[in-house]
Amino acid sequence: MGENAAHRVRIRYFAWVREKVGCESEDVELPGNIETVADLVGWLKQRGPQYDEAFARPQVVRAALDKVHVKPTTALGATREIAFFPPVTGG
Amino acid sequence: MAVRVQREDFDVGAETAKLIAGHPDIGAIVTFTGRVRGKDDGRQIAALTLEHYPDMTEAEMARIEAEATARWPLQASLVIHRVGELKAGDNIVLVIAASEHRQAAFEAAGFLMDYLKTRAPFWKKETTASGDSDWVEARDEDESAAKRWR
Repeated sequence: MGENAAHRVRIRYFAWVREKVGCESEDVELPGNIETVADLVGWLKQRGPQYDEAFARPQVVRAALDKVHVKPTTALGATREIAFFPPVTGG
Repeated sequence: MAVRVQREDFDVGAETAKLIAGHPDIGAIVTFTGRVRGKDDGRQIAALTLEHYPDMTEAEMARIEAEATARWPLQASLVIHRVGELKAGDNIVLVIAASEHRQAAFEAAGFLMDYLKTRAPFWKKETTASGDSDWVEARDEDESAAKRWR
């Protein structure tokens, strides 16, 4: 298990990020050179216009790793589930 | 200490009575109920759809409640947040903080609401009376309200 081994993760999308991407969740094989949340966003943006549109303002889209809020600079590590969503509006 | 995410409405009186039963040490109870406003920024709101991130929602609410419990001497607390389709005037959220003296209950209830609004993964979609629907944008005021507790 090298540092750069491909890493299978589930990506989930919520609210308008989900609507723009066009799906609720997907399982993807991440290339080994993706280390942080920001790297993943950059990789997703190249997958199609719907991703480019969803992450057009990447600073607005929030992320969680295994259901805990994280920053774009956070390393993915052994994360199994990554979620992307707009700033929360509950309460 | 409990958190709940549910589609059904809640009864503030019944929830309060249940929470404080058997706690004669509780001398102060603060309850906050948030409802769907019929008007937002001048627009007539007919309905709200609340989406959430199952499991993370409960985990985040529990983390927020644990932080409140660590900061204030609470005898009991409860947070209920509704999801799904809600109409103008419907209840959305209930926060109850109970303590020996009032200060802790007042402050903890404010903290719980401020953190809930900025950290718990819920998203509101508004439908206006004319049938247009759009996602509610996060408000800077909510972020500054949460910052005052740091």
